[in-house]
Amino acid sequence: MPSEHAVTAPSIAAPTTRVPERSRNLWRLRPYLKPHRWRLAVMFSTAMLGVGVSLTVPLVTRSIIDGPVTRHELSMLVPLALLALGLSIAEVILVWMRRWAQSRTVSDLEATLRHDLYVRLQSLPMEFHTRWQSGQLLSRVTTDLSTIRRFMGFGLLFLVMNILQLIVVTILLLQLYWPLGLVVLVAAVPVVMVSLKFEKKYLRISRKVQDQQGDLATRIEESALGFRVIKAFGRRPHVQRQFDDEATTLYDTEVEKVRLASRFWSFLGVIPNLTLVIVLLLGALAAGRQAITLGTLVAFITLMLSLVWPVTSLGAILAMAQESMTAADRISEILDTYSVIKSGPEELTNARGHLRFEHVGFRFSDDSTEVLHDINLDLTPGTTLALVGATGSGKTTLTALVPRLYDVTAGRITIDGHDIRDLSLVSLRSAVASAFDDPTLFSMSVRENLTLGRPDASDADVQQALEVAQAQFANDLPWGLETRVGEQGMSLSGGQRQRLALARAVLARPAVLVLDDTLSALDVHTEALVEEALQNVLADTTGIVVAHRASTVMLADKVALLQDGTITHVGTHQELLATVPEYRHLLAAEEEEVHA
Amino acid sequence: MTTTQQTPPAAKEREQKPPEEQSWRGLFEEDPDREISRATTIRLKEDSRKLLGELLRPYRKLIWLLVAIVIVENGARLAVPYLVHLGIDNGIPPILAGKGSQQLITIVIAVFAAALLQAWARQIFLMRSGRLGQTILLGLRKRVFDHFQRLSPAFHDRFTSGRVISRLTSDVQVIDEMLASGFDSLVTAVLTLVGTSIILLTLDVKLGLLALLSFPALLVLTAWFRKRSAVVYRQTREAVVLVIVHFVESMTGIRAVQAFRREPRNEEIFHGVNDRYRKANLESFRLNAVFMPAIKGVGNITIVAILAYGGYQAYHGHVTVGVLTAFLLYLRQFFEPLQDITQFYNTFLSASAALEKLSGVLNETPDVPEPIEPAKPRKARGHLELRNVRFEYVDGVPVLPGLQLDVPAGQTLALVGTTGAGKTTIAKLVARFYDPTGGHLLLDGVDLRDLSEDDLRERVVMVTQENFLFTGSVADNIRFGKPDATMEEVVEAAKVIGAHDFISALPNGYETAVEKRGSRLSAGQRQLVAFARAFLADPAVLILDEATSSLDIPSERLIQRALKTILADRTAIVIAHRLSTVETADRVLVLEHGRIIEDGSPDDLITHDGHYAGLHQAWEDSLA
Ligand SMILES: Nc1ncnc2c1ncn2[C@@H]1O[C@H](COP(=O)(O)OP(=O)(O)O)[C@@H](O)[C@H]1O
Ligand SMILES: Nc1ncnc2c1ncn2[C@@H]1O[C@H](COP(=O)(O)OP(=O)(O)O)[C@@H](O)[C@H]1O
Ligand SMILES: [Mg+2]
Ligand SMILES: [Mg+2]
Repeated sequence: MPSEHAVTAPSIAAPTTRVPERSRNLWRLRPYLKPHRWRLAVMFSTAMLGVGVSLTVPLVTRSIIDGPVTRHELSMLVPLALLALGLSIAEVILVWMRRWAQSRTVSDLEATLRHDLYVRLQSLPMEFHTRWQSGQLLSRVTTDLSTIRRFMGFGLLFLVMNILQLIVVTILLLQLYWPLGLVVLVAAVPVVMVSLKFEKKYLRISRKVQDQQGDLATRIEESALGFRVIKAFGRRPHVQRQFDDEATTLYDTEVEKVRLASRFWSFLGVIPNLTLVIVLLLGALAAGRQAITLGTLVAFITLMLSLVWPVTSLGAILAMAQESMTAADRISEILDTYSVIKSGPEELTNARGHLRFEHVGFRFSDDSTEVLHDINLDLTPGTTLALVGATGSGKTTLTALVPRLYDVTAGRITIDGHDIRDLSLVSLRSAVASAFDDPTLFSMSVRENLTLGRPDASDADVQQALEVAQAQFANDLPWGLETRVGEQGMSLSGGQRQRLALARAVLARPAVLVLDDTLSALDVHTEALVEEALQNVLADTTGIVVAHRASTVMLADKVALLQDGTITHVGTHQELLATVPEYRHLLAAEEEEVHA
Repeated sequence: MTTTQQTPPAAKEREQKPPEEQSWRGLFEEDPDREISRATTIRLKEDSRKLLGELLRPYRKLIWLLVAIVIVENGARLAVPYLVHLGIDNGIPPILAGKGSQQLITIVIAVFAAALLQAWARQIFLMRSGRLGQTILLGLRKRVFDHFQRLSPAFHDRFTSGRVISRLTSDVQVIDEMLASGFDSLVTAVLTLVGTSIILLTLDVKLGLLALLSFPALLVLTAWFRKRSAVVYRQTREAVVLVIVHFVESMTGIRAVQAFRREPRNEEIFHGVNDRYRKANLESFRLNAVFMPAIKGVGNITIVAILAYGGYQAYHGHVTVGVLTAFLLYLRQFFEPLQDITQFYNTFLSASAALEKLSGVLNETPDVPEPIEPAKPRKARGHLELRNVRFEYVDGVPVLPGLQLDVPAGQTLALVGTTGAGKTTIAKLVARFYDPTGGHLLLDGVDLRDLSEDDLRERVVMVTQENFLFTGSVADNIRFGKPDATMEEVVEAAKVIGAHDFISALPNGYETAVEKRGSRLSAGQRQLVAFARAFLADPAVLILDEATSSLDIPSERLIQRALKTILADRTAIVIAHRLSTVETADRVLVLEHGRIIEDGSPDDLITHDGHYAGLHQAWEDSLA
């Protein structure tokens, strides 16, 4: 039976620095360009035509100098000038067309990639998210994506165009006067060799910079979120020192990168100029021997100088290429991670909420020991189970298995007889709603936060849920239910957040309701009111209630005691209190010494 | 219950947002970055200029050196076409006349020298300016980080962590870009423009003037571009902020996202903000797509005009072929940097906006300032006195109307009362997260405002529900309470509060990494670690604000016992909902609306028929 769910070790890579894989990961992004193939065709053809046009202008110049000026054929001046004008305007139009097509391509490319990354990240399991700092994820969808966008839009095009221009111009030069052309050709050799060497070094260092930036971002994030703790302990100097150290490490790497780039770039700048020296010398001598005309020499030099920019900019473009390759590597680390929690084929309609745990075991992927083992529970529809156990005994973990935030590593969980892994995630998670031990509110309106599990809830439903959770205070917030809460909005106390999270779970009207220690931050009076209201909700819902207090346990029909990773006792509160000393120890009102 | 009496500026907020976003995002005080009046804009501009000045000042000499190097480099670069012109006009005729190549060789050597000089200057410049940029950036990062850490919790409440993060990451990044590429391209572009103009005019006045005729067209174009790009730039920034906020929240709250099948709705929202960002980007790219060719067009037409007119002039022998060639070469160089300048303008726009925001932050003065002349306190004992303490979060709405309280050294004081009674506020005042709006708080006879930050934090430590754990090992997190603690001390603290057993059971014991925000541990375990670090800090006054809420009863009891024995001579203020915690206190205060309504030992209060007795009864019932 469980063989079809052969447990595969989750392949969640922790964020480590992998070896750069050069262009492979960049290349695999090419499907993203596919919808734009016509635009790409326009880009490349206009770019090529543009190069062609810009190359003919010096040739027209030559005709003007050799014709009207040298040979005194004034009649040719006007037509040639008009030709030059036409070519110039054509060049401008071509540039405009290319950039216009490019604008759409690159902005779409970036947005689509970001969207896909977001969707993938949302689908990845908790295992993944507990290991990846959001700073590292954020730098991937912002900085890395714009690096790739810049390269795909501009860098790649210029890389191709520059190389093409280099080849075409060299051929033209060879035709104009081959001995000089040969000089230019030979000059290309050191450029290629040094570029290859540079590429390797630069790849490594730009990855290092990107990772260190991510680390620094994480440090910043923690210093902002943990500010109150830092303040309470007066640890500003300590935290500042840590930050300074990391910022300095980043500085060192950046400077190393600057050093590498500055050497390479000035090398690329000097080569065309040195070639020019030789061309000028040999060309002038040749002109002196009347082996070439003056016009040809001028055209040759003009053409040659048109190579200075492509060669010099090659440095920046290659650097951009390296950076986008490492950026693509970093992105691929996410695109290569798949969720091990896959949706099943079956739909659950009209869930009754018959929940069974059969020999369930669970182990975190990086842990050698099982947190839970051999858990057996049977909750018929409508029953409520209180889960009692010491701190760290695995209560939260057990509840997280039900909506498949984690998958069991042994045994199975069924709802109404279906293995939950056979159910579609949507139907499973609509049947199960949880309120967690650390209530998360998003930076959205209270209403949006509450209706998370049921977007179509009516106002009356919302009010009812608020009442159950004793969270009517939400109506009195400055903008009522439209008030933004969460990190970017109104800050609420722990108890207020907990009550909203409870209201959210109740509002979802699930078949199975999981409450993980949701009443811990409430005062005794409020707690009593909430418990009373919850009685009604739980009457016809299957419930799992994690509890530390006897009053909460009273909500349940029966109690399960979780010890050493398994359920050791199930029974009513009174029974367990009477027969199980460990239970008494956990929930006893008075200190044991007094009772014993 | 908890209400802040303020009239919502809702209408104003509403009209600023596109309709589709309004509904889910909800309403809150306006973004402090947005509500900027004209006067503040000018002030901010000045401040950001001042900040830039401050950042650059220490490197004045180096910057002048860099400018000199750039001048040398550009001089060498600009010399090349001129030398080529000399080579053609003066080098070739002697050869044609059979007078040898002496002159040509001299010129070629000059070109060679110019090429080497340029390369050398370029290398030095790139290296030095790159390092300078990074040095400035490092200084800026440290300074802003330090300043944020010095500001008060009240400021952080208002400013929100999202904004702190974006100041220190994306805003600094933008300045990085300007320093990395901007300086180089700006200086080079300006020098090239000025240099070529002069050379063009000296080469041939008529041709030069003709070339300069393109200027008005360029000015008009640039003015248009500047105006448009300022608008587009703002749209882009606003859009990207929304993308970042939504992204980060989805990732931090992923558990709730998945459990409540929020993915499709999130995807929809993300698609909305992402698409808005895409459109803003598209618009800015298209702006460039029009502007860049337009500049090129002006340049090309000028070149053709020069070519026609110059050819005509050369035909008449008014200019030489060499001059014409040089002219055409220089013209090319003249128009290239114009595109760089506008690129730089984009970078500059972002950077100056970022600088404005950063200088805004740096101008914030802590509302809880450190004393200029701190008092020299004696050895800490822990005697707390609140003299007529008044406090209001919102003007005119006193949360504490005037509190009189004396806590002798060594007393354990429990605060009880319904939500919103002001318990947390008292705790925060004692920890000096805020200063009172009236009255005084004294520790061992010294006003808290006269204690230096170091002295205060050494004496008073607060543990709250929000027990933030930092990336690192369990031991690192405990050691946060006392950075120079030995491993023995760390283990001792863990043992005392009953965390040792679970920590030892972790795969790497005390060295186990707690993972993102402590997600490797259970909620209760995180509280225990937070406790251990407070015990390790060993303050004279310990404040616990609902710090044990996620613990099971035996664990909580262990902590109570530790409080009683290990910290017997310490003053403690305990806020808890469970009366099991309160019962162990020496003294209980019952608060209502910021006033003390009952004060006495727990045993005394139970016997009176008051509020506490009622609470106690309810609690007894709940234990059943
Ligand atoms: N992401 C995780 N990776 C590894 N171990 C974990 C993770 N989360 C929790 N644990 C461990 O699993 C055990 C059970 O935790 P939990 O279920 O949260 O306990 P509780 O009963 O307090 O809710 C704890 O010992 C904790 O250290
Ligand atoms: N940051 C704040 N801004 C405005 N009002 C606040 C803020 N924090 C608390 N309050 C208000 O102050 C009062 C006392 O709050 P608090 O001290 O947190 O109460 P308790 O801890 O007893 O529940 C409440 O009415 C609350 O709404
Ligand atoms: Mg838990
Ligand atoms: Mg409070």
